[in-house]
Amino acid sequence: MTTVNITTPKIVVKDLNFYYGNYRALKDINLNIAEKMVTAFIGPSGCGKSTLLRTFNRMYELYPKQKATGGILLDGANMLDPKQDLNMLRAKIGMVFQKPTPFPMSIYDNIAFGVKLYENLSKHDMDARVEWALKKAALWVEVKDKLKQSGTGLSGGQQQRLCIARAIAVKPQVLLLDEPTSALDPISTAHIEKLIDELKEDFTIVIVTHNMQQAARVSDYTAYMYLGDLVEFGETSTIFTNPKRKETEDYITGRFG
Amino acid sequence: MTKFDLYTRRRIINSIGLAIAVLAMGFGLFWLCWILWTLLENGLPSLTAAVFTQMTPPPGSSGGLLNAIAGSLMMTLLGTVIGTPIGILAGTYLAEFGQRGWMAPVTRFINDVLLSAPSIVIGLFVYEIYVMKVKHFSGWAGALALAILVIPIVIRTTENMLKLVPSTLREAAAALGAPQWKIVNFVTLRAARAGIITGVMLAIARISGETAPLLFTSLNNQFWSSNMDQPMANLPVVIFQFAMSPYEDWQQLAWAGALLITLSVLTLNIMARVLFRQSATTH
Repeated sequence: MTTVNITTPKIVVKDLNFYYGNYRALKDINLNIAEKMVTAFIGPSGCGKSTLLRTFNRMYELYPKQKATGGILLDGANMLDPKQDLNMLRAKIGMVFQKPTPFPMSIYDNIAFGVKLYENLSKHDMDARVEWALKKAALWVEVKDKLKQSGTGLSGGQQQRLCIARAIAVKPQVLLLDEPTSALDPISTAHIEKLIDELKEDFTIVIVTHNMQQAARVSDYTAYMYLGDLVEFGETSTIFTNPKRKETEDYITGRFG
Repeated sequence: MTKFDLYTRRRIINSIGLAIAVLAMGFGLFWLCWILWTLLENGLPSLTAAVFTQMTPPPGSSGGLLNAIAGSLMMTLLGTVIGTPIGILAGTYLAEFGQRGWMAPVTRFINDVLLSAPSIVIGLFVYEIYVMKVKHFSGWAGALALAILVIPIVIRTTENMLKLVPSTLREAAAALGAPQWKIVNFVTLRAARAGIITGVMLAIARISGETAPLLFTSLNNQFWSSNMDQPMANLPVVIFQFAMSPYEDWQQLAWAGALLITLSVLTLNIMARVLFRQSATTH
């Protein structure tokens, strides 16, 4: 595997293996995620890219029979260590899912829900935080007059931006995006891609995508995965113009996958 | 076989299937309509103001069903109030907390048995553990028997409704760092609220017509009584007693009572449907 020189890694993945029951879905993954950059995971369906993303906040622990071995270091601390407080960890790492997942409550409460978990803000400060998050997610103008309405009543693209606002409202350090635009129309997708560009000033972003053009457009680094292996990892411009491995080239040029 | 033949064949099979389905539906509806019609024909003339204002009469004199209506309402309400929290808590455990270990599968199995247990068995059970001990029938015993009937229905619907909540919603809340009790309280139970309320309403509809468990527990009372520690009048048992009697005016009251129960169960069912549909369109 090719390695890239990343001087300030936010996350270091070390010999990571992941199992669904007895099935080994990730095989000895080693990878550095650069701080305040966008890293994209690409590869055909079932290659393990979403699985890898979901180990970063130990989402798999919701399900019995799933387990990870190895190390994932966030600023040097191993997150897979069972002693690591899971909820504190997740508060540092936000996640946005493939399908929008607004909670069955008002737009305001959708954002306030996560903030209230770890911060005790006055009404005034909470209002300011909600506004800040919605502005960051480029949704404020559309919803500022209906904050009390249900979040489930918004359009798909708005719901997804609401979910991004909700994730950044808790001021995480890392933002995990699991195919965030695959359920959206092209205009909403463009909105969100523009947003990713702006968000990387404050957050370290990891995005899983099926869409290679998207990876090329938004990411600084790209990892190509296949059948649980990390085939190639490097700067996006290199991966897309001058891949070192034949498999990567085949996938990127559309001959495979 | 040509394309045309294949199409014709499919059309014929489709028509036959449709015809059988319509016939089956008609057969079911026929009996339902007949029952409703008989009830209305016999019950409506007897459904006078006296039914709601006077007590159950001795044979030969006029009267109403007030004590039976009140008793039914009280025991149904109490049974629901006791059974619903237990059912919702247990259903939540099964859906949200019981992924690991043997507790949940065993509980689920026992609940399924309880769900299909004949209600007369529940009546006998309460008779044995409560009525025999205190040596008299009572409204409390009736409410207890009804609560035992409510619990498995509410457990089942609560679990099913929570299972319908997409797991991505749970993941989204967990990803924010929410502890599980907050995820369950503020996200999944809220998302399943309409379905759970529907289940409670269906449970109320079910117990408001139950006769067998009340025969052994609250029995009946000819007079007005709001004392839950005394035998208590209730519509199903009054209907049973009056309908079997040789007295014309008792039989008339039994028809009126039967119509009342049917109408309230029908209303509850329709309300449950409307509620569920409304929530389905807003999500």
